[in-house]
Amino acid sequence: MRYLPHTDQDRADMLRVIGVETIDELFRDVPADKLLKEAVDLPRHKSEMEVARLMRRLAAKNRAAGDGPFFLGAGAYHHHVPASVDHIIQRSEYLTSYTPYQPEISQGTLQTLFEFQTQVAELTGTEVANASMYDGSTATAEAVLMACRVTKRSKAVLSGGLHPQYREVVETLANMEDDECISLPPDPKGGEDLLAEISEDVACVVVQSPSFYGQLIDLKPLAARCREKGVLLVAVFTEVVSLGLIEPPGAQGADIVVGEGQSIGNALSFGGPYVGLFATKQKYIRQMPGRLCGETRDREGKRGYVLTLNTREQHIRRDKATSNICTNSGLCALAFTAHMTLLGGDGLKKLALRNHERACRLADALGAISGVEVVNDSFFNEFTIRVPGDAAALVEKLADAGIVAGLPVSRLEPDCGLDDLIVVAATETATDDDIAAYASAIEAAL
Amino acid sequence: MVNDEHLAPSLATLKPKRPTFSGNKALDISEPLLFELGRDGVSGVDIEEPAAFTPRLGGQERQAALDLPALSEPEAMRHYVRLSQKNYAIDMGIYPLGSCTMKHNPRLNEQMARLPGFADLHPLQPVDTVQGALELIHECGRYLCTLTGMASVAMSPKAGAHGELCGMMSVKAALAARGEDRRTVLVPASAHGTNPATAALLGFKVVTVPAGEDGTVAAEMVREICAKHEGDVAALMLTNPNTCGLFEPQIVAIAEAIHEAGGYFYCDGANLNAILGKVRPGDLGVDAMHINLHKTFSTPHGGGGPGAGPTVLSEALAPFAPLPLIAKTEEGYRLIETAEDCEEKPFGRMTAFHGQMGMFVRAFAWMLSHGADGMRQVAEDAVLNANYVRARLQDLMSLPFPDHPSMHEVLFDESFLEETEVTTLDFAKAMIDEGFHPMTMYFPLVVKGAMLIEPTESESRASLDVFTATLRDLVMSAKAGDTARFVDAPRFAPRRRLDETGAARKPVLRWTPPASEAEAEAAE
Repeated sequence: MRYLPHTDQDRADMLRVIGVETIDELFRDVPADKLLKEAVDLPRHKSEMEVARLMRRLAAKNRAAGDGPFFLGAGAYHHHVPASVDHIIQRSEYLTSYTPYQPEISQGTLQTLFEFQTQVAELTGTEVANASMYDGSTATAEAVLMACRVTKRSKAVLSGGLHPQYREVVETLANMEDDECISLPPDPKGGEDLLAEISEDVACVVVQSPSFYGQLIDLKPLAARCREKGVLLVAVFTEVVSLGLIEPPGAQGADIVVGEGQSIGNALSFGGPYVGLFATKQKYIRQMPGRLCGETRDREGKRGYVLTLNTREQHIRRDKATSNICTNSGLCALAFTAHMTLLGGDGLKKLALRNHERACRLADALGAISGVEVVNDSFFNEFTIRVPGDAAALVEKLADAGIVAGLPVSRLEPDCGLDDLIVVAATETATDDDIAAYASAIEAAL
Repeated sequence: MVNDEHLAPSLATLKPKRPTFSGNKALDISEPLLFELGRDGVSGVDIEEPAAFTPRLGGQERQAALDLPALSEPEAMRHYVRLSQKNYAIDMGIYPLGSCTMKHNPRLNEQMARLPGFADLHPLQPVDTVQGALELIHECGRYLCTLTGMASVAMSPKAGAHGELCGMMSVKAALAARGEDRRTVLVPASAHGTNPATAALLGFKVVTVPAGEDGTVAAEMVREICAKHEGDVAALMLTNPNTCGLFEPQIVAIAEAIHEAGGYFYCDGANLNAILGKVRPGDLGVDAMHINLHKTFSTPHGGGGPGAGPTVLSEALAPFAPLPLIAKTEEGYRLIETAEDCEEKPFGRMTAFHGQMGMFVRAFAWMLSHGADGMRQVAEDAVLNANYVRARLQDLMSLPFPDHPSMHEVLFDESFLEETEVTTLDFAKAMIDEGFHPMTMYFPLVVKGAMLIEPTESESRASLDVFTATLRDLVMSAKAGDTARFVDAPRFAPRRRLDETGAARKPVLRWTPPASEAEAEAAE
């Protein structure tokens, strides 16, 4: 067994030092009738070559995003990640380290987290960010819990433009916490009247922009009304690249900004691991969930970094903790930071512009097809189209033709009368040929 | 127990040639923040400027400045590689953090997770195009159920604490299905802090179960507390092996006690490494347990995450497992994403999409590599190593609970430092100077000045000999009154002791441009 260093001789010698005859003497606290006599019913160990062969066979049964024209977004985005980013995160010193509990020998992890927090705060237009969360959906649920703590109210209003699975995550937690969610019906065009839902017993309003359907939402009037009523505005995004081009939620008055950071530095990876972003105002830092990295000095006055404000956390506060979370997405945050460092503000703006341009070209190409309607009047790199008939069947048909055409809304929102909608995304990876292939395939399929 | 001194490495070979016992010294590199390195006009990527087109941003164009400097590719590479060199990692040496299970991370698994057929896969692709991925998740889950003797598994929880939440949410859903609103959850004092935090998050009232004098929980105590809260006990959350590094000998009776009281038995699976393939939690009466793939199943911790916390469930809780579910049918694998689509009674959804696929690939590759025989050996070697460390140190350091064998981690307390001016913290920092990552300190809270050492199965005997010889030297030096070696430590790390109190008092959580620059800007 290549991962286990002991020889049988080592084991025998060590047992002798310990002073027992057999290894099972060390398992003597396990009730004897429960101790397994034989190995569990799974195959015996395999060589590296055998494992690789088996895993490759499984991988080959899947169609990778890069295999052909690909227009699926809806919370996860197909982007190019520079090769150097993956090299950096595979450095042993980052990959195989633990939570930086010993700051003196964890300055690599801690400084990158401090850089990450700065980048996220700057991007989202807020004052401070934490050191990342599991993903965008759980960050959204934590934002709602935080808003309830801050306002001491227990009602959340969820926009109909919120990603349906984010909505379910929030509802599941709220349900368990005996909080109340007012979830508005699906809102493809961004026409809902959220202002009407804001009352004095509401803790927060949760709005996604660009919305699940791609629509860009003006948060300013909402923010103003929320402020009047003592309600917190939680702004959500699933496509962080959009922040290179559109006005950041913090600058529009959002109190908590959360979202998914996967697009920068991280692979699609079939849904995870991803990196949740969480940013807010300085005055709320003690109510923020998750890890925080702070700047300080060492005994010689040198600048250094530590995990800070730990007294909010579970390992100290136990059942009084701000949140039960005890980990972050450290390595994914590093991937984000390394990629962001290569991009810089200007690079991100350019990347965002390129994404928007690709989406506009796609919208023009699809909108020109008879029977296809582009639903949104404003969008970033993703929008919704209406097609005649069953969108799910159409997407299946196009998949057979080698084109991943987007997400039929009915997959996540069944029984809502939205069976003719497809959410479509185009990133910088979409070539002119891909766009042309999509347009002609959909035309042929209709 | 025999202390077989001739097996220790000759201390002559370890004689200090430099100011440290081990001869190790850490690197000290001065590396500015990227914001202090970046310059305008620099870029590490090439992005094509799009040809003219009409934007459709609906008046939402960014007005706020985006002040993020860039580095070119060579500069970025140096920045992050230089920073990496200020980090300790398991690939550099023993990382004996108790309760954290820092074992070797095989690189084959990294390679497999990066196959485009896994890494470049979108979670919402048509299911016909992701059959291999669904098969892998399904098989990975089946392996976890087989290893733990449980009925089903929820794969989506994203970390250990998220898995705890999943387990306790299924408890709440099962109680609701019974029409009961029980509110009391029993948590031993020796539990992970996430246990009470999770219970409280779900609105449960936490009642602490004191640990016995031998460091374990007595079934009688559980019965007494259950009787006191009759009709209101929702669950017991127990860590087994517990955080004192001991297997709970009365676990079967504890399970019976909680079941008789009408509650469910949640087991924190963080220490599964000790019993993998040796005993199945399902056979002990456990109803729910999260499994840390980043501990037992070797997926890298990555500086604090990502984790993955699949949660195995008993027959009683299985129907309430959260979405999504994967079903194996004759036509292939089916993905169930909405409650309307299945016969079970899922309590909801823990996260968008399906969980930590990247971690599933790594964990599954690890399970295949070890097989049923190797995983059993893992537990045995982990337990062997912990007890070997214990045997090597028990004459010099103090064991609070000598009556039970240690499982995969050994707990000492600070009483051996009593006559010295050295604290547990000082002791840990002195280990840094010797080139070792310290053990877990001040946890569990049940003993004073706890030091919890978990070597894991991937440490060789030679590695443990050097480690324990160094600890012996430190203890003797503390007892000999060489306090400077401790209170001044670390002396050879990238930083001396950092002011954590100051950091918390006046939190600085982000970089801001130097005042002079900001003032100049304001004056403009």
